[in-house]
Amino acid sequence: MEVARYWRTTKQRYQLVGEKCPQCGRRIFPPRDVCPVCGHEARTAVQFSGKGEVYSYSVVHVAPEGYEKFVPYIVALVRLAEGPLVTAQLTDVDESEVWIGMPVEMVTRVLREDGERGMLIYGYKFRPALPVNNQAPQAAAQPMRTPLPKANGVHPEPVLQAAMP
Amino acid sequence: MRDVSIIGIGQTPVGEHWDKSLRELAYQALLAAMQSAGVERVDALYVGNMLSGELTAQEHLGALIADFAGLRGIEAIKVEAACGSGAAALRVGYMAVASGLCDLVACIGVEKMTDQQGSTVTSALAMAADAEYEALQGLTFVSINALLMRRYMHEYGYRKEDFANFAINAHANAVNNPYAMFRSPITAAQFAEAKPIADPINLLDSSPIADGAACVILAPTSIAREFTDKPVRVRAIAIATDTLAVHDRRDPLYLEGGALSAQKAYAMAGVGPADIDVFELHDAFTIMSALSLEAAGFAPRGQGVRLAMDGEIGLNGRIPITTMGGLKARGHPVGATGMYQIVEVAQQLREEAGLNQVKNAQLGMAQNIGGSGATVVTTILERI
Ligand SMILES: [Zn+2]
Repeated sequence: MEVARYWRTTKQRYQLVGEKCPQCGRRIFPPRDVCPVCGHEARTAVQFSGKGEVYSYSVVHVAPEGYEKFVPYIVALVRLAEGPLVTAQLTDVDESEVWIGMPVEMVTRVLREDGERGMLIYGYKFRPALPVNNQAPQAAAQPMRTPLPKANGVHPEPVLQAAMP
Repeated sequence: MRDVSIIGIGQTPVGEHWDKSLRELAYQALLAAMQSAGVERVDALYVGNMLSGELTAQEHLGALIADFAGLRGIEAIKVEAACGSGAAALRVGYMAVASGLCDLVACIGVEKMTDQQGSTVTSALAMAADAEYEALQGLTFVSINALLMRRYMHEYGYRKEDFANFAINAHANAVNNPYAMFRSPITAAQFAEAKPIADPINLLDSSPIADGAACVILAPTSIAREFTDKPVRVRAIAIATDTLAVHDRRDPLYLEGGALSAQKAYAMAGVGPADIDVFELHDAFTIMSALSLEAAGFAPRGQGVRLAMDGEIGLNGRIPITTMGGLKARGHPVGATGMYQIVEVAQQLREEAGLNQVKNAQLGMAQNIGGSGATVVTTILERI
């Protein structure tokens, strides 16, 4: 019954494909039909880098149906390098090792399992990014495309504006 | 537009009503409100409810409750806006009376949650969030609030225990509310030792799911005194929206929908936060209390928790909140909660709050929040 619903969002879930607003340049994820900044129609698909950092995190102990076998699991808001926040699980890491600001990168994993004979739903999760000194020099030198908001107590401006390209 | 007043209020105790169905709870509250107003019939019935389909396999609540209450034939519909459904139903009733289309209107909030197992309720509540980009990731409603709370603590430098007074105040007030679910006080030590459910949120940060129904009867203010000597005038009611998903917000720590709906309500009533004597806010989690106080203009950004820490939220404080126990201790039957808030503000303005009476309360406000802030209903009521 729900196969079509999951199939419709495979590009987003497998490859982190969002959009770039042709009018104002804003990177948008998850994709939507109208740019939330300028109201222009947003149709230009863009694949995100999958790099980002942890904005906040928590742990789920009491899971919704279809997620019971994964508890406890870490959930997070991840600030993508291109600007948007994304809601996702963290994987390959213990809760005690997670910190706000921790660099993470996207991987594809099983998100939910519907019953014993049901579908496996795959999608993005984020794991700790490989240490900088293990990466190729040019990758390590590549700066984040947008400045991240500082955790200094008060936002002078809404985050959205700070993250605009 | 006609001026609108509340002429009758009714509520059931909040709790686990094993012996009562959704329709019985709704009828009990409706009957109490109609008796309080001295009316035997209404022109229309608006039912605020979030989860009847998911949890009791019953939709079509308007006709169901109208029929069950002996009001067959009247206009009756369900209004849904997640946990904001209760006050949203009041908004629809308000429009019906203000417009002149209806004279006497009943607005009910009702929810029946305890028939189902925990994981079913957890999944159902998550439907208030974005199904494709929050719930599909395994997020629960409590974990979404936990994400907000942790970031809030990080940005503004608070500790977990700084939130304790929200829960302590709610429980202290529920002791004197016969309709409340948890009528026992809690201490700071109990808060500190409470079981974590989605760190940093613990059991005592969180409101309990419950069954319950609350109801008000609306009429034009011009005829309100024909029914009651204690009418409560609806000075303002405003709904505003924000993105469904937290990750789509410009700043997740700012309830833009809450600020917008409060500003609309203040403008409609011609008042400001300093004029409000009592504020029933949506303390589904302690972090929501802080964000609601900030959005409604009672505290600057990042300072909502300070009001609790400094003892400003008590019955004699600068801004008394959750005066009958709030969601935390009165209980949170989600689609009914908004109507409980309205009934409780009306109790304060009618001088019917018993030991919890806020002295000389003239103007009261309620803020009912759907989801993590995507729908916010702000209502301002006045004693006349
Ligand atoms: Zn744009």
